[in-house]
Amino acid sequence: MSAGASPEIDGAVKAQFPLLERSVHGRPIVYLDSAASSQKPTAVLDAMDDYYRTINANVHRGAYEIAAAATEQMEQARTDVARFISAPSADEIVFTKNATEAMNLVARSWGGSNLGPADAIVLTEMEHHANIVPWHILAAERGFEIRWIPITHDGCLDLTDLDRLLDGAKLLSVTAMSNVLGTLNPIGRLAAAAHEAGALLSVDASQYVPHLPTDVGELGADFMVFTGHKMCGPTGVGVLWARMELLDAMPPFLGGGEMILDVTKEGFRPNTVPHKFEAGTPPIAEIVGLGAAVRFLEGLGMDAVRAHDVSLTGYALRTLTDRHGDDITVHGPSEPAQRGGVLSFVYRDVHPHDISQVLDQSGVCVRAGHHCAKPLMRCLGVSATTRASLYVYNDTSDIDSLTEALDEVGALFGH
Amino acid sequence: MAGLEDLYREIILDHYRNPRNRGELECPPAHRSEGFNPLCGDEVVLTFEMDGDVVTDLRVGGYGCSISQASASMMSAAVIGKTIDEIRDLTRSFKAMMSIHEESIGGDGSEALDGSGTGDSGSSTDGALRLGDLEALRGVVKFPVRIKCATLGWNALATGIDETVAAG
Ligand SMILES: Cc1ncc(COP(=O)(O)O)c(C=O)c1O
Repeated sequence: MSAGASPEIDGAVKAQFPLLERSVHGRPIVYLDSAASSQKPTAVLDAMDDYYRTINANVHRGAYEIAAAATEQMEQARTDVARFISAPSADEIVFTKNATEAMNLVARSWGGSNLGPADAIVLTEMEHHANIVPWHILAAERGFEIRWIPITHDGCLDLTDLDRLLDGAKLLSVTAMSNVLGTLNPIGRLAAAAHEAGALLSVDASQYVPHLPTDVGELGADFMVFTGHKMCGPTGVGVLWARMELLDAMPPFLGGGEMILDVTKEGFRPNTVPHKFEAGTPPIAEIVGLGAAVRFLEGLGMDAVRAHDVSLTGYALRTLTDRHGDDITVHGPSEPAQRGGVLSFVYRDVHPHDISQVLDQSGVCVRAGHHCAKPLMRCLGVSATTRASLYVYNDTSDIDSLTEALDEVGALFGH
Repeated sequence: MAGLEDLYREIILDHYRNPRNRGELECPPAHRSEGFNPLCGDEVVLTFEMDGDVVTDLRVGGYGCSISQASASMMSAAVIGKTIDEIRDLTRSFKAMMSIHEESIGGDGSEALDGSGTGDSGSSTDGALRLGDLEALRGVVKFPVRIKCATLGWNALATGIDETVAAG
């Protein structure tokens, strides 16, 4: 889809996001929090609206016209998502509530039937809580060991001891791109090392899939999770992709309607993959919206999306340091090619809460806090960071607004 | 619309830049109490000494944003030398000031809270009168996400005092 010369991403893209026309505190909104959640283009809003206005009916088992249409739209979205990540089959796409639920599914279903007291899994110090806590919960029940890949001072994985950490481990679960540092991790190398050690690789691609061309086969992943609302889609829908033989062997996660072939008083027979993992009425409109989001991103071309991220990140790193010099430190890799458009920074010794409060007065939306990565905060030796994150609708004027608004932080809290 | 000057009053910035009673007392004889804001990772560590039912000394440790640090600093200045009953009264007044009343929800009902915020003396209610400098924190209510910052130290002190009383 993204082959060939992709058109540049320009102002015409921003114009497709209605929310970005509003102002806050009398200033045009400058939205720099897409790592938390992206804005939605008209194409996605319209797809969901049309669905509710003209098709709305429960999916599967309905013989009438609109129920069939609802099922078809939902299954079309499954096909779209599969194509978007180059999955071998749409049946390998399991819709969940979000990335968090998808990772819990992997932990509960695969982990619950494969991990015991003698086992170990490997995580990294830069994981989101969504890829930590499900494993803590399971480890408390089943008593396996959790090992941690440390990070270097510039926010990359320290792979010095990788082979030792993987020795005897059954799973390596790692983020493809840090939601705090923007670091792009060497998934291919990690996949090779994990497989060499006999472990499976699970990839948290919540920040990766929205921003880079993704091919699950090329990455070498066995499981991959991501979330709709960070990729121009709605909240309430996420995705688990896994190799079919893994999904086939895994027991169901949640039980109820939709996920069964037969139920008797004695027990049940689970449905086939992916329906086995989709209990109850799915978030149909959201799935339809996610399908529209995928087609929207394909329209831009994921190579163009990535090129835009790299160039804007480079611009941001340059302008922030040119203007603020030693007053500002941006965490993570200094080379835009090694990172995504996620910029966590320290400005003087001003607390992130205070920074984001002052920026808000200029309409600049950034996030302050631990970004659901407390182990990483401890490694960085901070309790919180201020994070600005970029997406397709951002441009250099947004970066300029951030840079200028930081002057006001300096003026208020300067010594 | 609430402006930054409502939040970052000069006296608050002064307490933030020059925190009063910063540090830690040796425990025992001092008592210790911690407050934690899981939302932002802010942490306050209070150590205080009691003589009978009077808090004779209190130190503030930990880290946090300007509002949590300034509020804890102002609290320390306000409670040292006071009895438990007086401190509980003060805490009640402060928390009442920090609670979002119905009038302030939606629209620009913040007027209702503005009334007594302009003068440090004058026609304030009993509780507000005794709050003194702490009145400067009144503007925080217009920024609801920051209320937890302002009350962090106060909640820690209330817990610490309750525990001390319970332990006899
Ligand atoms: C790296 C990473 N993993 C997982 C998640 C969880 O996503 P969700 O809250 O949509 O489940 C996020 C986003 O918050 C994230 O940035």
